[in-house]
Amino acid sequence: MPMLLAAAMSASESCRQEQSRRLPLYSSRVPAGFPSPAEDHLGDTLDLHELLVERPAATFFVRVVGDSLLGIGVHDGDILVVDRSLQPTHGHIVIAVVDGEMTVKILSRRGGQVRLLAANPRYPDIVLAEGQQLEGWGVVTALVRQGLAKGVAR
Amino acid sequence: MFALLDVNNCYVSCERVFNPKLVGRPVIVLSNNDGCAVARSEEAKALGVKMGAPLFRLQDLIRRHGIVVLSSNYALYGDMSARLMALLADHTPQLEVYSIDEAFLGLQGDAASLQAEGEAIRDKVHRWLGLPVCLGIAPTKTLAKAANWGAKRGIAPARNGVGVFADPALQTMLLAQMPVGEVWGVGRKLAPRLQALGIDTALALREADPAWVQRRFGVGLKRTVLELRGVPCLELEVAPEPRQGIVVSRSFAELQSTEAALRSALVAYTVRAAEKLRRQSSVANALGVFVQTDHFRRGEPQYARSSVYTLAMPSQDSRHLIRVATAQLRRLYRPGFRYKRVGVMLLELSPAERGQGVLFAEAAPTSEALMRTLDAINRKMGRGTVGFAAERLRQGWQGRAAWRSPAYTTRWSDLPRVGAGPVRS
Repeated sequence: MPMLLAAAMSASESCRQEQSRRLPLYSSRVPAGFPSPAEDHLGDTLDLHELLVERPAATFFVRVVGDSLLGIGVHDGDILVVDRSLQPTHGHIVIAVVDGEMTVKILSRRGGQVRLLAANPRYPDIVLAEGQQLEGWGVVTALVRQGLAKGVAR
Repeated sequence: MFALLDVNNCYVSCERVFNPKLVGRPVIVLSNNDGCAVARSEEAKALGVKMGAPLFRLQDLIRRHGIVVLSSNYALYGDMSARLMALLADHTPQLEVYSIDEAFLGLQGDAASLQAEGEAIRDKVHRWLGLPVCLGIAPTKTLAKAANWGAKRGIAPARNGVGVFADPALQTMLLAQMPVGEVWGVGRKLAPRLQALGIDTALALREADPAWVQRRFGVGLKRTVLELRGVPCLELEVAPEPRQGIVVSRSFAELQSTEAALRSALVAYTVRAAEKLRRQSSVANALGVFVQTDHFRRGEPQYARSSVYTLAMPSQDSRHLIRVATAQLRRLYRPGFRYKRVGVMLLELSPAERGQGVLFAEAAPTSEALMRTLDAINRKMGRGTVGFAAERLRQGWQGRAAWRSPAYTTRWSDLPRVGAGPVRS
């Protein structure tokens, strides 16, 4: 048997390896003690995706570039969870298409006027002209920020 | 009733969701290797770009009209397709996924309610995914395909991209306008033969004698005739998963002569196939390999061979499958030919059962964890981040994709960027 095994090992052609079945002695560990009391809960884990993504088909992730929403805690580099199935309404953080660019702003609908607000005094709000269509892309539902292990001291 | 839903200019439409600048511009998407146009925006069609036109013939048109040229981005199209099919499956379990951008649905109701339901589906797909779709609704699959053709062209009573052709009189008017080559199941080869016999519209085909059609063209086309008459011959084929086989193969950008070149391509394809296999939680019981030269080059010596090997143990381990694939290649390969294509087939798939086969497979306990890690890394960091040395990434066999857009929805580093800065205007 060891001879056969050695022959199979040295055969460079994998198909021949395939045909000569090597049989290891072990199979699996044999339980020989008290069963774990946690056995019934094995496999229970928390999945962030499940928490953050309500409708997977309509949910997309986008990356923030810039700090015009700093005032509401949206930082450069953050990942936003965007649900396209939601109807954007006043006060929503929205992804909109302005001049062919995807942009993230706060939607304001007051007194018949639609505006896209920044949350940073350095940036002006966008006021939509009469008849100008707001092209909505989606509604932001959550925010993911990584890299906090670097600390937040300035 | 059957509905046939498809995405208008699917690949271009997927690109536009994440790059709104492309809206309103002529755009084409190229085949693997950037060979020819496989998708065109309406604007590109209007400029005369033909389906399948080779890139080098389009250069002049591209320059003159500023046509945007993109390499195909199947990571993106595949993900958008999966989202579309998930949305539709939510709407009805009566769903047959027919291709990456087409699905048949089983619907019930009168014409008015079907029209309303079709428009609701269309609006929902547009809102959720940003993709424009059309639906054709009719009593058979072949008529639903025709109805979709009518919906795209706004042929009455179709409106808002949805055409319900439940009434035979409406079907007659639709089929009278439809060239016979557009009929589902006719295709490019059959169309000229039918036209030569005076059958040049879908209506003429419907009126042909089914017995004569069967004698002359076979039972397949007879079925088409019956389906055009409103007699359902084809059922909805709901979810035939898991798939019975996985094939990964591509044409070389340049013909390859050496076994080493074939091997590195074959290994890469086997890695891909094994990834797909694991994603659907299956194991393969057999593995096939095929090689072929370019049969369009008539002056050159031709060679094509394939072989299938039954595995001693069902497997989903890339290393194992690579060994078997390359060993088969060694036997299939003949020097002196210029090869166009090599491919791998994983066959006789069955569900992977945990722990199955551990007794006889010496590599199994570590293999599963290793493969899981491998898949996780490649999913996270991009395909090919971690691979097998034999893949020899970026060699001559690898396809060209000079203008590929980011994998917006399947890779963290490629997420669409949204501006939170000053608005340029």
